[in-house]
Order: sequence, then structure tokens, then C-alpha cells
Amino acid sequence: MADVWIPSSLQKYTGGLQQIQVDGSTIRQIISNLELLYPMTKNKLADKNEILPGIAVIIDGESTRLGLLEPVQSDSEVHFLPALGGG
Amino acid sequence: MKKDQPKNFSKNGSYKAIGTRPLRHDGTDKVTGHARYADDVHPTGLLYGKILRSPHAHAIIKSINIKQAMALPGVKAIVTSSDFPKLSGNAADLEGSLINHRFLSNNCIAEDKVLYKGHALAAVAATSPEVANQATNLIEVDFEILDPVLDPREAMRDNAPILHKKLTSLTSSSHVLSTGGLGEKETTKPTNVANYFDFGIGDVDKGFAEASVIMEEEYQTTQVHQGYIEPHSATAHWQNDNSITVWSSSQGHFMVRELTAKLLGISESKVRAIPLEIGGGFGGKTIIYLEPIAAALSRKAGNLPVKIVMSRTEVFEATGPAPGSHTKVKMGVTSEGKLIAAEATMIFAAGAYPGSPVSAAGQCIFAPYNIPNVRIQGYDVVVNVPKAVAYRAPGAPQAAFASEQMIDSLSTKLGIDPIDFRLLNAVQEGDRKATGPKWPKIGCIETLKAAKSHNHYKSSLKTGVALRGRGVASGFWFNVGGPASAHASVNSDGTVSLTEGSPDIGGTRTVAAMHVAEVLGIPTEDVHPNIGDTDAVGYTSLTGGSSVAFKTGWASYEAANDIKNQLKERAAKLWSSSVDEVEYHDGNLIHKSGELKISFKDLAQKLNSLGGPIVGRATVDPKGAGGAFATHIVDVEVDPDTGKVYILRYTAVQDTGKAIHPTYVEGQIQGGTVQGIGWALNEGYSFSDAGHMLNSSFLDYRMATCLDLPMIEAVIVEVPNPGHPYGVRGVGEVPIVPPMAALSNAITNAIGVRLTKLPMSPDAVFTALDSHKPEKVSP
Repeated sequence: MADVWIPSSLQKYTGGLQQIQVDGSTIRQIISNLELLYPMTKNKLADKNEILPGIAVIIDGESTRLGLLEPVQSDSEVHFLPALGGG
Repeated sequence: MKKDQPKNFSKNGSYKAIGTRPLRHDGTDKVTGHARYADDVHPTGLLYGKILRSPHAHAIIKSINIKQAMALPGVKAIVTSSDFPKLSGNAADLEGSLINHRFLSNNCIAEDKVLYKGHALAAVAATSPEVANQATNLIEVDFEILDPVLDPREAMRDNAPILHKKLTSLTSSSHVLSTGGLGEKETTKPTNVANYFDFGIGDVDKGFAEASVIMEEEYQTTQVHQGYIEPHSATAHWQNDNSITVWSSSQGHFMVRELTAKLLGISESKVRAIPLEIGGGFGGKTIIYLEPIAAALSRKAGNLPVKIVMSRTEVFEATGPAPGSHTKVKMGVTSEGKLIAAEATMIFAAGAYPGSPVSAAGQCIFAPYNIPNVRIQGYDVVVNVPKAVAYRAPGAPQAAFASEQMIDSLSTKLGIDPIDFRLLNAVQEGDRKATGPKWPKIGCIETLKAAKSHNHYKSSLKTGVALRGRGVASGFWFNVGGPASAHASVNSDGTVSLTEGSPDIGGTRTVAAMHVAEVLGIPTEDVHPNIGDTDAVGYTSLTGGSSVAFKTGWASYEAANDIKNQLKERAAKLWSSSVDEVEYHDGNLIHKSGELKISFKDLAQKLNSLGGPIVGRATVDPKGAGGAFATHIVDVEVDPDTGKVYILRYTAVQDTGKAIHPTYVEGQIQGGTVQGIGWALNEGYSFSDAGHMLNSSFLDYRMATCLDLPMIEAVIVEVPNPGHPYGVRGVGEVPIVPPMAALSNAITNAIGVRLTKLPMSPDAVFTALDSHKPEKVSP
């Protein structure tokens, strides 16, 4: 199962847990399964079709490009962080 | 995407084109004055636009009367916000970053309130600039003037003037990580705090409990402008078929197309955005101001083209500065000199609308150090100054100004050499960032070691006869990627025409050409690069985030490989053999038997008799952008009678990944450093209490010039980025991160007093010399 790091602003929905093991082979599945475990988390991260604007999904240290479609390995580490822009 | 990664990837000097210093393709046009910039566009029937701007920093617009202005002979059209659609106030995505189209539209032309002095109210198109200017004076605006709030800390107070009564802030936002949007109704508890974030790792309370030395300090920076020489300029032609052509000075014509269409409420395929040469951007041209206004005027003026060019004062008063900031930092160190805990609270002045780079600042502030217990909080606060926009490594310079001074103070307190202290705590691959993820391959330690061994750092600085000091600071910036496109056609004379989609600010067209030259084994001079408009090349994201050499270089690399594969097929056809029997090596196609060989140049002549032209093409959206670290060393001398700081020597060491064109890389390092020096010593918006900028000209806004500077020595450290075919990291942003802290540390060593507020101008240094404020150290 992937090791999902919960943003501090979502930890009120996870009982204060900072890291949660979640099943799923894509980010879509990870977020859906996280919602099953901890309701109210899904709509803070994604709508029906997309990751919400301004959120970057980091898998194994790398910023991803495919949003909900991004593949996740069973031993991956997943982070949700504010997105970055440059100058 | 990494399937074609060359085997000699990490070996410097094993390339033919990469790492060389060819002449830039655009050089002749630029030095002879033939290069075409936005203001050089003069379509037939051109009208001249002028914008009426607010004289108040905060006011309700009660009415705008344009009758008299419209009656002026020569006036062809006037637009106000009523000529633009009211867009959604929800946050949306722009190339991975947040955008709020309603706020953007309101920033281009005010809807119901003006939120800073210089905010656009209305725009006129006329037959001459003089008539347009005269007409703006005839527009009557009735205001209800409100108190402005300029300082973000004051804007956070309960009784502060509220800029947006419908702001959906951190408490009501459905997007926990998103910046504030605009709701349908006024909120019951309005606030100017648009966004808040809080992240970290470990347990900071436990960490500080284990610390032997704890230091705490507050640091402040003011708004500074990117200071590009070329002001904003846009020409738009709304044609009879309802298509629009836009020529403007921007860091991304696809961004111009997308946002112009959005603000006008039309399909983006109706907009053709044409890139031109750009006289500087530095992040400040990653957004639009004039394009939709010029287009709306063009439509209203009977489909005649309209040009609007900002004056320097308009650029200062109405386009994005880098935000001012207040940062409180607390750090704890063990008796062995290991950083054990760090905490930062950062308040950024977003300007009139949400969206400062405070979260990026938070992600950078402790980046060079491996600290097990970290907490970082950030506030994005709206105030009555121009909307903040990206400026080279947005947020990181403000962050480093705070953290790198504290690192210096701690090393002094502990009696450890400042570079040794940094090396003792430096991050490396596998360490965790303060935000949680692990670092990939990075070059933090390599830059510190290069700085330590540099003859500048080994040299002695003569003190005693004068107030002299040496300062060191490090810095980090992420660098980003993004989608990019390129296509390249083989010409019969053995050259290649390359079309790519990134506006060229720092020599990137030559860098893209070098990728093609390397793959095909031909001279860089034989690749002719140009930047295609939005109808001529595939989508390409902004020239920003130090991304172009990475992403557009990669697209060019893939396009060249496409050419190479097609050339093998043609050679196979020529030799009546299988394509598997053809190899490409060093600009030649060779049959595996060794008996047949033809050069790229000779085969290029035969293409039309071997199946027709060859065009290679590629689109990429690569992961793997490589972050970059830098360490700067500076020696200063302070004049005790005036407080003026003279820079005696400056060395900037940077991990650039593989330097594709070292001259350009050095130029980026020097340019970023110079802007950082200006930010440190002189630059800064000065406002009256009413929110009027008092120094909105280059005469009063003091940027660094060559007279203020020694030669900046750029030291390239190459730790190749494993995420790119040639190991490229971004280079353009991180050099602006360390200078402010490095100079402050040097001034502290020179005069024995630490300055925690920018700019460290002569009067500030002189005052500090008088005060001799001791540093706070506990226990």
C-alpha cells in the first residue's frame, strides 16, 4: 500500500494521523480509498475529474503531471502540496 | 522519456555541441537594432490606446462618465469593466499554478472598486497618443474614497479596512490548499487573509527542547519591481471575422492566448498570439494586463488595431512587484552544531488580489538544511498595493533573507566557520524536505565545497583600516517543467530550421538549437531556431520557473531524434537495405557493413528524391525538473560617514546541472546576482500614507548599475539532473536568492550590527551604525 502523507489542514479529518497506508494503483484510487477511510478528505483534494487547482501531487519525491491518472506503486510515498510557479 | 538518455550523460566534455559557447542566433539583430519588439508593431490603421488610472489607493467607483471624452475629435472607442464579462470568482488552474479569472479581469480593469493607485479604470483608443491622453482627462469618475491598508500585518487586524468583502478566505474555502476566491455574497466575518498554510515534519517543541542554542529574529522586505527595461506593450486587432491577433511583450504567448480569450469570453482558438523579442521579464511578464483591453478597444473601434504601451510610471504603479514580507524565524542547534529545530511564520503582501508566492517561500526557507523538526506557517494577505507577480524564484529571496541571516548568526555564536556550519547541516539525496518528500539528486554540498575551496574564500580581507566584512549565504529554488513543443525541418543545404514555442529571454533559442545539433552531430550554427506563434507550433508553457532549457530543450532533443530516425529510413532506401542496418554517428549515416556512408549534409540534398521532406516533431510534458542550490560569497566596505556599501568582490557558486551554453549560464548567474544586489542595497517601493508610490521612476527607484558593481564571478558546478537527457537543471532563478542575506551577513561583519530590514540603503546602514543593536541570543 502507498504511504500517503496527509496535509496538516486535512489532519482534522484523519484523527490527527499524518501518514496513512492507502491502497490504489492511481491517484484517483488513492483519493477514493482515502475517502472511504476518512470521509471529507476527497473533496478537499479533487473534484470529479481533476485534482483541485493549486495542489501538486508529489510521488516518490517527483512532481507529477497526470493528475488523477498518475500511476502509484504499492511502495510509493504520496504527498499533496501547494503547487509552485516560477518567474 | 528517458529511453534515449545518452550513455555519456554525466561526463563533461564528451559532447560536441552541449557545453560549448556558440554565438547566439539573435545576437546580430539585437546589436544592430533590427530585432522586433512589441512596440515595433505598426499594422495599418493603428489606433493608440491610453488607460485612465486611479488616483486613489482604495475607493468605490460610484460612476464613470465617458460622454465628454467620446465627443473629443479623434476618439474612436472607450471601454470600462462593463465591456468585459463577469467571470467566475473561483480559483482555476494555469499551467499547474492558481489563477482566478475574476481577480485577473478586475486587475486589468477595475469593476466596482479601485484597490491601488494606478488601478485601471477605463481605456481610450484614438487616432494619436496625444488625443488618447487628452481624452482620459475628460473621463469623469465619481469615487467614494476609503482608507487604504498597505502593511500586511495591519491588514490582518480585526479593524483593518477590508479590500474584498466577498473574499472566501482560509476559514471558508472548500479548497484547503488553495488561495482565496470570490464568493457570491459578502462574508459575515470579512478578512484580508486570503490563504494560510501550515506544514512541517517532526516535533518542533521536542526539537527546541533538545537544542543548546536557540535564536529568534524577525526580518522584513519591501516590494521591489522586476525592473525590465521594456515596458508592457500590446497591440490587438479584433478582425471582422471575430478572430483576434495579439502582439505583446510576454513570457508566454500561449498564456496570452488563453487568458485574453478567457477575459473576453471567447474561444481561445479565436486568438492568435504572436511572440516578439522581449526586453526583460524576470517573472513580471507571466501574466497579462493590456491584451484584453487593447482587443476590446479594437472591437469597439470598428475592428481597427489598437496599441497600448505603458509608461515607466505605469509599469511601477500598475504591474506586479515582488511582494513585501515579514518573516519570523526561530532555529535551534545542538551542542555539536547540528540544526535540530526550525520554525518560521511568513506574512506576504499579496497586493490587491490574492496570490503571493508565500507557499513557495515556505517550501524554500530551510531547504538547504537537513532539520528533523520543522514547522512553517504562511499568510497570503491582500493590501492596497499593486498585485504581486512572480519575480525570479518567487518567494525564495525573501525567505533566504531571513533564514540565511540566522544561519550566519548561529555559526558566529557557535564559533564555526559559516560554510563549515552549512556543510555540517547540508541536505543531500534521500534527506527529507520540510514539506515531507525526499530530496532527489541535488548539489547543495557540492556548491558549498566549491565555495569553501574558491580562492575568494581563501583570500584574506584586509580589515582595520576600513569597515570591511565578508558574507556568505546559500539559496535554493525548485525549477519547474511544463509542456513544450518543437518541430524541425531538414533543409536541402544540410541545415535545420527549428520552431519551438518558448519566448526567448535568456538565450534559450540557441540552447534549443544546441540540443538539435548534439543529436544530429551538426554545428549549432547550422540549426536555425525561431519561436512560433500560437498557430505555428504546439502548446508550450510559460518561459518561467527556469524551465525552458529543460522542457523546450528536451522537446528539441526529441524532435531531432525523430529526424534522425527518418534519416535512417531514407539512407536504407538509398542503399536498398534494411533500416536496422543503418547507424547514425557523428553527423553521418553508416551501413553496418562499413562499406556505405553518407553525411547528414549530403543526404539532406537527396531527400526530395527519397520520399520527400523530413520534419521531426515532438511534444513533451516531462517530470524530473531539477532543483538548484547556490552559495554566494561577498566582500564589502562600508563608508562610516555615509553608510554607503561598496562591493569589493562577489563570487556566485551554483549547481547548474549540465551547463548547455556556459556563457548564457554565467550571464544568468550574474544577472540574477545583480538584481539581488539591487534588492539588497537600494531598491524598494516607497509609499505615502495614502498609498501613493513616491518613487515611480528610474530616477528615484534606484536599481544597481555597472557603476555599483565589481565583476561578478560565476562559478559553475555541474551536478547533472538525472531527470533530463543531458542533465539540465534550471539556472535563471536561484542566483537571486542568496545576495540579500550574503550582503547583510557581510555588512554585519563589517560594522558589528545586523540589519534585518531591506533595503540596506546608506541611510539604513548609517542609522544602524549609530544604534549598535545587539543580537538576541538565548539561553
